[in-house]
Amino acid sequence: MDWLTTVDHKKIAILYLWAGGLFFGIGGIEALLIRWQLIKPMNNFLDAQTFNELITMHGTTMIFLGVMPVIFALMNAVIPLQIGARDVAFPFLNALGFWTFLFGGILLNLSWVMGGAPDAGWTAYTPLSTSTYSTTHGVDFYTIGLQIAGLGTLIGGINFLATIITMRAPGMTYMRMPMFAWTTFITSAIILFAFPAITVGLVLLTFDRILGANFFEVGAGGSPVLWQHIFWIFGHPEVYILILPAFGIISEVIPTFSRKRLFGYSSMVFATILIAFLGFMVWAHHMFTTGLGPVANALFSVSTMLIAVPTGIKIFNWLFTMWGGQVRFTTPNLFAVGFIPTFTMGGVTGVMLASAPADFQFHDTYFVVAHFHYVIVGGLVLGLFAGLHYWWPKMFGRMLSEKLGKWTFWTFIIGFHLTFFVQHFLGLMGMQRRVFTYLPNQQFDFLNLVSTIGAGLMGVGMIIFLVNILLTSRKPADASNDPWEDGRTLEWTIPSPPPEYNFKQTPLIRGIDAFWKEKVAGNKGMTPAEPVGSIHMPSATILPFTMSIGIFIAGLGFMFSRDEFGNAFMSFLFNNYIVTAIGLIITFGSMLMRSLYDDHGWHIEPEELEGSERT
Amino acid sequence: MMKTWQAVKRLLPMTAMFGLFLAGCGREDLSVLRPQGPAADRSYGLMELSISIMIVVLLIVFTIAAYVLIRFRRRPGQNEIPEQVEGSIKLEILWTVIPLILVVVLAVPTVKAVFAAGDDHSNDKNAIKVKVTGHQYWWEFEYTDYKVTTAQDLIIPVGKDIAFELETKDVLHSFWVPSLSGKIDTNPAGTINRFSFSAPNEGVYRGKCAELCGPSHGLMEFKVKSVSEQEFQKWIDSMKTPVAVLPEDPALAEKFKAACLTCHAVGDQGINNAPNLTGIGSRESIAGILLNDDTREDGAPIEENLKTWLHDPQSVKPGNLMPNPKDLGLSDAEIDGIAEYLANYKLD
Ligand code: HEM
Ligand SMILES: [Cu+2]
Repeated sequence: MDWLTTVDHKKIAILYLWAGGLFFGIGGIEALLIRWQLIKPMNNFLDAQTFNELITMHGTTMIFLGVMPVIFALMNAVIPLQIGARDVAFPFLNALGFWTFLFGGILLNLSWVMGGAPDAGWTAYTPLSTSTYSTTHGVDFYTIGLQIAGLGTLIGGINFLATIITMRAPGMTYMRMPMFAWTTFITSAIILFAFPAITVGLVLLTFDRILGANFFEVGAGGSPVLWQHIFWIFGHPEVYILILPAFGIISEVIPTFSRKRLFGYSSMVFATILIAFLGFMVWAHHMFTTGLGPVANALFSVSTMLIAVPTGIKIFNWLFTMWGGQVRFTTPNLFAVGFIPTFTMGGVTGVMLASAPADFQFHDTYFVVAHFHYVIVGGLVLGLFAGLHYWWPKMFGRMLSEKLGKWTFWTFIIGFHLTFFVQHFLGLMGMQRRVFTYLPNQQFDFLNLVSTIGAGLMGVGMIIFLVNILLTSRKPADASNDPWEDGRTLEWTIPSPPPEYNFKQTPLIRGIDAFWKEKVAGNKGMTPAEPVGSIHMPSATILPFTMSIGIFIAGLGFMFSRDEFGNAFMSFLFNNYIVTAIGLIITFGSMLMRSLYDDHGWHIEPEELEGSERT
Repeated sequence: MMKTWQAVKRLLPMTAMFGLFLAGCGREDLSVLRPQGPAADRSYGLMELSISIMIVVLLIVFTIAAYVLIRFRRRPGQNEIPEQVEGSIKLEILWTVIPLILVVVLAVPTVKAVFAAGDDHSNDKNAIKVKVTGHQYWWEFEYTDYKVTTAQDLIIPVGKDIAFELETKDVLHSFWVPSLSGKIDTNPAGTINRFSFSAPNEGVYRGKCAELCGPSHGLMEFKVKSVSEQEFQKWIDSMKTPVAVLPEDPALAEKFKAACLTCHAVGDQGINNAPNLTGIGSRESIAGILLNDDTREDGAPIEENLKTWLHDPQSVKPGNLMPNPKDLGLSDAEIDGIAEYLANYKLD
């Protein structure tokens, strides 16, 4: 019950983590099924339709429901601590963002048991995704589920923007902010600009499918290429929404375990902003073969290649952060160090793809599958692993086992390269992507086998990670404030896990790497910026949860509004939009309660603070 | 510009080495790495250039990374605090400018090739004009100048430019012959694409659909057969002879007309709602994927392939739109009869 009503960013972080773990597990199982089907030519382990549902759900789940919440988990757990805040700007919205995300994700996955998952690929290109060609409710689950989940992401993004803009501790200027806070800030800005595009796209597609509109229907003057533009205007920035936080994590972990400050901090900030900006200018590189013409292809080719420049700056800055330092190979740092070459490989294939005439060959083949997994798994997932191992003691008060962590790292990264390196060659040798099987004697067989074995190994790595979590959770929570000993930022100045109010006294920031600066100056902790006083806390509330349930019910009701049910009562409920209405009443009712009932929150008094604290 | 040119020159031996290595990869009639025509060459050239540049970048990054990780690991008892370096403007300019130069080196030939690939041959008198239409899950080829329509096998004269006009009748597909040229999408009417390629050598090349188009997307293959000029003319002529060859047995012929020619065509009979069957006995494959070459281990005699298909089209290509002949009222014997007839329906 506590968990349903919490508005504490640290608890919401943990909720995001479990939800992300759940969906990541589902997406991972889907990946393993896909790979098992492709282990040999003409395999009949899965049928074609199921396979297409699996690739669609795997892609959709991983991108929207698997890694996003883990990113949000780390942001929630760390950002207020790093900037010296007691919570996020809008704790209520924070909870609302989580619950809409979760119910959107659940709705999407219900499609497996409610008559067919979406099957038009995670990009849902029309006309394949229109009701003419995708006849189950699958794509409806996709449009409505993602719409609801996207709402949560958008809320989360806005919340982080507001938090970082308004709640930094005294002295923490923008140019003293930790890199992870910076990338969170930029990521949130991208969310703010990119998500409205997909929101609009999903609405249009929903209207086409459920209400019979003609936005994408060729016969009625609609354009199928329009969907591609809308999708990728969102879709390309989305990739940067995913990777920038990983950049941030790496920029925290590497300095800590090199005992050096980040090399070229201001150029890192600048590169981040530049990447975000360019990220919006390159969407059509997903569409070189659509027939946009040479002028568009040339422009988008060149603008895409330019992204290599700020990305290169980042890579070299990380390398030179370690230069002259004292590098420790802890588990988080192993992941961070493994990230650099792996992500670089994904980056260089990206530049290759940017060359449009070469992309005419690469596009929609396994070369692309290899490329984006190098970026997303080899970049983002390794980054998330680094971050999770790094901040785990801060979040839970317990150190994960270093020994198991190293096992996780080695099995995962070896499995990863086995799985995806060979896929570059499969693509170049003529294997298209999204194929449920392939004919024998095309020289695809051996490499596909290798790839499947690699995927199994990655699965083993994940299991070791889960075992590690399980074993760790049974140990006492005794991590110190600064368990890695070389912590540089504010989160390491307070207990692990932090008390509900984070900072007894808001700290005064005197430079970049605030905590490190104090340590070097011989101080034990931060200088407070305020006297001990009573702390204002927001009240717990069930309303975000009920609001989201309402939206969830309304979504289901709308989706089935045109269905014939065998049962007259059901038909009556759905066809007259009664279910939809009930859902909306719950949501708006909750909103009304929220606005009518003024909750001023509560206070923690100084005496209580003294009582609970020892260090 | 002088500098970049030198950089390119220095990369050339590397490129050559890489070319050799990659040439070992894949089948000649299928692999992007073994280009068989100018359009594929153009893509391949850029791929070689970009791979070479990227390998250099990777080597630099890997070397620095390896050096740093070995040289600067923390040793036991090492407790003094390393110097906290803020950064270095010089170094940062260096690794901004070098990537910029590399990008320019790649961007210039890219832009050139983009415009070369965009050349429109549709008004070229010497080009053979072919209208490609994608269907779930088969390919239709219409030679507009000759009023000839065929399916699954695209016959082209060696060395000639083929000017394609591409369209889809249902969902998006993408037309791709890896060893001859990059792919281009087939969009619905109104957003028709054009492109062209040529095959300087005779041979059969494998083509594929590269855009997810439904369950049998992976099986939506076709063949491009490049033949001599005379052979091509001969083929066109025999495709044009309006007489349709029908099964000899009149009863079977009637059945065939009633059950099959409502979608398919042979010669001047029937319609082109489904793959045109004229001279199907000379095709490379049935349904694009059952290879008729029984000298190969993955091939089978054409009659056998036809039977496989006709007895259960769904099991060959799930989700395809051809009704099961049994549901059209054909008996097993009649199906076998039609298979035999089609297998022998060759163009001379
Ligand atoms: C266990 C690790 C993974 C394995 C073995 C794996 C494997 C695969 C395979 C075999 C495909 C199908 C390729 C195709 O034919 O199109 C695929 C597609 C995809 N994967 Fe993964 N994957 C893994 C993890 C991830 C992760 C973590 C993400 C993103 C966060 C991801 C994102 C995608 C996307 C977006 C697609 C495209 C789906 C589509 O074509 O609609 N994958 N993956
Ligand atoms: Cu297709």
